[in-house]
Amino acid sequence: MKYIDEFREKRRIKGILESIRRISTKRITIMEICGTHTHTISRYGIREAVLPNINLISGPGCPVCVTPPGDIERIIEFSRRRRDVIIATFGDMMKVPGRSSTLQDEKARGGDIRVVYSPISAIEIASSNPQREVILYAVGFETTAPTVAATILMAERKGLKNLSILSLHKLTPPAMRALMESGEIDIDGFICPGHVTAIIGAGAYEFLSREYSSPSVVAGFEPLDTLQGIYMLVRQIEEGKSNTEIQYSRVVTWEGNERAKAVMDEVFEVCDTDWRGMGTIPSSGLRIRDEFAGFDAEKRFSIERIDCGEPPGCECGRVLKGLISPPDCRLFGSVCTPASPVGPCMVSSEGTCAAYFRYRSVVQ
Amino acid sequence: MRDERIALSHGSGGRLTHHLIEDMFLRFFDDPILQELNDQAIFRSPSSRIAFTTDSYVVNPIFFPGGDIGKLSVCGTVNDLVVGGAEPLYMSVSFIIEEGLPVTDLERIVASMAETSRKTGIRIVTGDTKVVERNKGDKIFINTTGIGVVRDGIDLSPRHIKPGDVIIVSGTIGDHGIAILTHREGIGMETPVESDCAPLNGLVRDILDGSDGIRAMRDPTRGGLATVLNEFAHQCGLCILVKEEDVPVRDEVRGACEILGFDPLYLANEGKIVVVASEDEASGILDAMRKNPLGREASIIGRVLKEPERKVLIETPVGNRRILDMPSGEQLPRIC
Repeated sequence: MKYIDEFREKRRIKGILESIRRISTKRITIMEICGTHTHTISRYGIREAVLPNINLISGPGCPVCVTPPGDIERIIEFSRRRRDVIIATFGDMMKVPGRSSTLQDEKARGGDIRVVYSPISAIEIASSNPQREVILYAVGFETTAPTVAATILMAERKGLKNLSILSLHKLTPPAMRALMESGEIDIDGFICPGHVTAIIGAGAYEFLSREYSSPSVVAGFEPLDTLQGIYMLVRQIEEGKSNTEIQYSRVVTWEGNERAKAVMDEVFEVCDTDWRGMGTIPSSGLRIRDEFAGFDAEKRFSIERIDCGEPPGCECGRVLKGLISPPDCRLFGSVCTPASPVGPCMVSSEGTCAAYFRYRSVVQ
Repeated sequence: MRDERIALSHGSGGRLTHHLIEDMFLRFFDDPILQELNDQAIFRSPSSRIAFTTDSYVVNPIFFPGGDIGKLSVCGTVNDLVVGGAEPLYMSVSFIIEEGLPVTDLERIVASMAETSRKTGIRIVTGDTKVVERNKGDKIFINTTGIGVVRDGIDLSPRHIKPGDVIIVSGTIGDHGIAILTHREGIGMETPVESDCAPLNGLVRDILDGSDGIRAMRDPTRGGLATVLNEFAHQCGLCILVKEEDVPVRDEVRGACEILGFDPLYLANEGKIVVVASEDEASGILDAMRKNPLGREASIIGRVLKEPERKVLIETPVGNRRILDMPSGEQLPRIC
């Protein structure tokens, strides 16, 4: 078993597409809540393959994209003010446009901004630059938060005094609840994020069936996984059921990863936080507990929140809520492209607009 | 010489420079033209059609699994010449060294260049060394130029590509990119990936000698296979259709790409060629490639269509066709 090829096999993909067509009678809308699903669906043309009566839309599943403009702007502004501080962040964050600049631009102008592939790398940077302050600009969902928490615990053990974290972590279920509560959109079922759920457990989505009679399936990211997830949702919807099911059973359990959850809980506490396009969502963020205040960049530096809106014309906010599809944005593909993005959804490798643009299909 | 470091005076043109030239460069690069130590290399003009190329090498790290910056610089120069159908003859080497580079590191690099030049037959006939202050460079940068001759009758260009032509790639893609990235970032892999860094003069000679059906050739370095295919499509004004499942990718590379979020189609290669050939010659070219150790995993990955013009399409296992774009922005800096 190689865990890749088997899940991309043409014959099986065709078979499951056939099964979906066989049982599907209703016009339905399914939302996926993970940027990686968005990419799989776009890359393999799954959206077109399941048309016309199954409408696949993308939700707020890209951590870079859901970070509100004010949180982007304040780190850019801070890096301009404090060239002495090393800022470590994930690659996609470098290119997200603020009002007048990006972290990438600031790096070219002399800021010491470094891309890390894992939060743990920030420890190495801090250890090898003992005379300088290092801030990890940490965006991410429940998948990233435990490793950032582990980074803080490790930094504490090592007695590191020059590393701090700007925690912009967000939690997935509260955003799904906010979408359901908004009344702006009708969603018949959710494809829940595989890796987030590996941490928090599929039980975290039970409220969807209990309170909103909405079925959900936790699916993996290979085309066969995603298609099987769609099949399981369609079957529930056709049969009038609303359960939380796990397709990605080789990774996901009902309870999740207890150890990761414990580490997360030790370091972070739940707080209200702002999402791009969705405003403040109650209990949807993670801030560093007071016991670890020494590692909290918000407490150690003045990194003021900056009040600013979306870039002019940018529809990322509505794309994130699934209200429009990227091609409905006037800027998509003309003014806004991956080479010169206006909004974050075109920047990030998990962004919905980037997926639509990069994998745009050709009508045969 | 154990712990000796390159100092600014090694690049001053004075005594230390001469030591470096005599004890290091001439010892490894023992070409009679270079031995003349003139300000220029003088040789007879070998043919009416000359291929001329230049490239700079800034790869980080300078030593990586499967190669080093020295080997890379000679292979890169040779490969840029041979994909134009040229036989590589001469090259220049210019080092920009950061103060503090261990002399033993320089020696390893120079020895590796000498070995690669011997293997490929390209002669290093002129060179230069500069040393910059600490923190003003990064260990070592190498610039080369290469000169080769193109036999009469060989005329490779994307302009010759026609609908129905076949696209062949000489082996697995993305090895170099993943080797550099995982090594640089300290990402441990169960099976470490080695760079494919290799001189392609032998492989290219094998296919050029065996067939006159080759329209164009290119080595997919920075920007990877997707970039080369896009260059072909733009220059010939036609469409290239590739089948995703036919593109050879090593399991380890695909696994690393899945973890790191890269697409092997955009990753750098340093020992692969992409060939566009007429349909009737394709199987012969494929056989010739597969007989050479560097082309053992050669595969036909696609073909040329009339439309849509200047586009590369990729057919996914689901059966849909999507546009395969040029990469936008730099995914991986300093890969070669």
